[in-house]
Amino acid sequence: MSPKSVQKIAKVFIWGGGAITVAVLLGIILYVLIQGLPSVNMEFLITPPKGGLSGEGGISTATVGTLYLLGITLAILLIPGIGAGIYLAEYARDNRPTRMVRYAVETLAGVPSIVFGLFGFALFVTALHFNFSILSGALTLVCLLLPTLIRTTEEAIRAVPRSYREASLAMGASKWQTIRHVVLPAAMPGIVTGIILCAGRIVEETACLYVTMGGSAAMPTSLLKGGRTLSLHLYYLAMDTNAFDKAMGTGAVLIIIIIIINAVTNLLSQRFQAKMRGG
Amino acid sequence: MPSHVVVDRTAKHVVLICASASFVILGAIFIFTMREGAPALQEIGLYNFLLGTEWRPGQEMFGILPMTVGSILVTLGSMVLAIPIGLACAILLAEVASFRVRRLLRPAVELLVGIPSVVYGLVGMLLIVPAVREIGGSGFSILAASLVLTAMVLPTIISISEDSLRAVPKGYKEAALAMGATQWQMIWHVQVPAARSGIMAGIVLGMGRAIGETMAMIMVIGNSPIIPTSPLSQGRTLTGNIAVEIMYASGIHRSALFSTGVILFLIILVLNTVATFALRRGLKAHHVA
Amino acid sequence: MDPKMQTRHLDFYYGENQVLKRVSLNMKERQITAMIGPSGCGKSTLLRVLNRMNEVIPDTRLQGEVLLDGNDIYASGVDVVEVRKRVGMVFQQPNPFPKTIYENIVFGPKMLGRRDKAYLNETVERSLRAAALWDEIKDDLSKSGLALSGGQQQRLCIARALAIEPEVILMDEPCSALDPVSTLKIEELMQELKKQYTIVIVTHNMQQAARVSDWAGFLLMGELVEYAETNEIFSRPQDKRTEDYITGRFG
Ligand SMILES: Nc1ncnc2c1ncn2[C@@H]1O[C@H](COP(=O)(O)OP(=O)(O)OP(=O)(O)O)[C@@H](O)[C@H]1O
Ligand SMILES: [Mg+2]
Repeated sequence: MSPKSVQKIAKVFIWGGGAITVAVLLGIILYVLIQGLPSVNMEFLITPPKGGLSGEGGISTATVGTLYLLGITLAILLIPGIGAGIYLAEYARDNRPTRMVRYAVETLAGVPSIVFGLFGFALFVTALHFNFSILSGALTLVCLLLPTLIRTTEEAIRAVPRSYREASLAMGASKWQTIRHVVLPAAMPGIVTGIILCAGRIVEETACLYVTMGGSAAMPTSLLKGGRTLSLHLYYLAMDTNAFDKAMGTGAVLIIIIIIINAVTNLLSQRFQAKMRGG
Repeated sequence: MPSHVVVDRTAKHVVLICASASFVILGAIFIFTMREGAPALQEIGLYNFLLGTEWRPGQEMFGILPMTVGSILVTLGSMVLAIPIGLACAILLAEVASFRVRRLLRPAVELLVGIPSVVYGLVGMLLIVPAVREIGGSGFSILAASLVLTAMVLPTIISISEDSLRAVPKGYKEAALAMGATQWQMIWHVQVPAARSGIMAGIVLGMGRAIGETMAMIMVIGNSPIIPTSPLSQGRTLTGNIAVEIMYASGIHRSALFSTGVILFLIILVLNTVATFALRRGLKAHHVA
Repeated sequence: MDPKMQTRHLDFYYGENQVLKRVSLNMKERQITAMIGPSGCGKSTLLRVLNRMNEVIPDTRLQGEVLLDGNDIYASGVDVVEVRKRVGMVFQQPNPFPKTIYENIVFGPKMLGRRDKAYLNETVERSLRAAALWDEIKDDLSKSGLALSGGQQQRLCIARALAIEPEVILMDEPCSALDPVSTLKIEELMQELKKQYTIVIVTHNMQQAARVSDWAGFLLMGELVEYAETNEIFSRPQDKRTEDYITGRFG
């Protein structure tokens, strides 16, 4: 075969790969939206699900559960996550403790969700007697998300030009003042992007919550009550009931949330890059 | 001591404590799963646990070989399609596509990461399982699971491969083109070999994601703890084994599930180490060049 | 008159690499001292040592003394913040913060604990006037510092350094990123500033050193080869190496 014809075949292969990827994505999104949106209406959004083996009702408690879990998880996660990011970017020297922390962050990032679930189940649910609850779920998620937030924070801080730090230090600002008043504000859009990324993971995560939150369909009235997120709700509907239309409706809501989160993340990170280029 | 010095020291210690949290958590996960899993391993014996072909908790039989085989099969199955598609898409993004195409394609890849695994599972149940049923069996199968996983690991393979293809120095590429190579010859004989380590890392991390996937697998694989004999037969993954049974397990059964977690943990550890190694080697290669 | 700043037998190392060798130098009060020398000879390093900015870089070592009004700024118990407050610095690349012009200038005072509005407002005007920037941007104080032209940004950085009322101002090639017109403005500004401040400037540009400075020192591979009044050093250099350098027969 001549190089020319090989080149032609290769083009088909390369563009084919891209086309399949887009087709898979569009296929999933359109399928879920077309099948799911008809069951999404006001009533669906504000009625609580029946729970158990019944597929009836809406998604109100699952929505509240998702938001509740989101709030608690982020509240616990932010300080250790951002703090560790600051440490790695600003303080860490290349020594043994630093390498151990980096190794831990890298390894944790790859540990499967269900293993975090097992851990949360053993520690929070059982040993600490938080039982199946929002709190157990949130603490498990914190462990799962810590590496993500640490990495994005570290990257955002590293992207801040060194000249900002030098200017601040040269004016007599202390190291912490420099971090607090110059570096963090400049890195903020990047850090916020990381936080939104974590929010997205909280919405989509299921396995580790399945074994720590209990899945009650009732309204979660306290931290120590069980509950379910939208993703968990979808799972229960699909596996325990025949209400595939409701499952699809929940899926459509999830897809819309994820699309919004992704759009916001992209917008923010574009802004951040423009800012770091001095725009 | 001036007050700013005190604030500075305190801040440094606070962020140091934050940083050690990851290490503590990693250690705690390892210790907790090990401790909970140890009784089962003692009772059953490592050999019977790893190579036992029967998982029947009611009869105190705890062999996880069916699940290990299930996990490996769906992972390899997904790679069959995901590697060529992912590599093609990565080449497209890194080298071939115009700026505008890239601007559409990249967010699409990112969105694939964001879709919840239960949504993949649901689509798999309603579209892929019935389609597989047409070929034979119940449809809940290794094949269906592999197809669902393909979509889920694509973004990992694409984004890491793209990064490493991009990192290939311009000089190499231009040298090849200047010698009259076609664009494809340049890509296939220069760029892809130079990015080999990074592409390997992407594939290995994709395998890690596949092995770790839980909910989507439960939804399409059928969850029978048997060693699959064909792509159409049902199976169960290591992850699914834990999720399906942990809620009601007790005693040695519960412990055996934790041991399953330990095995999973170790597999991921090995895969990640391989990936990190490959990525480092890739970086080094370019620095020398 | 005693010198404002002084280095005595200064040695400085990055790791094992010694980049300053027994440098002894007097910087007279309200005069401009210029340091010249080929690239990599240690000019920036010397400047950073004068307000302890070298301490930001890990794995460095210093021997000898650096005196400010006769007191060693490296003596134990000396607060680095106090040193940097008295010895300000302007960098080669203009580096305003991505904040408003106003916030850029009040940053230093705020970090040093000044909070009252009246003082801060007054400081902004005083510093911008001193940096010859007030008339150009007094109506744009809430604009981003990054929105200014390069020359304006550099004068903003000078104003920012002036806001903490330093006694000495260090300038590391402050004009090398600027066009000729902006360069001229900054040179004029330096003549104004020297009425009140002691200035040390590093420059690659021999004409600039000759134009603006009162004293000049020639550094070569970390060694202070010659140090004298500017017209002396440019008209009657004592050392062959200095002569070679300023007549352009060198590197
Ligand atoms: N952060 C650093 N770490 C290690 N070595 C350094 C560092 N900064 C500078 N050096 C070395 O110290 C020597 C002096 O550097 P310095 O920046 O002081 O030179 P300079 O005279 O300002 O040069 P230029 O005119 O190019 O700015 C150089 O050989 C340089 O390689
Ligand atoms: Mg320099």
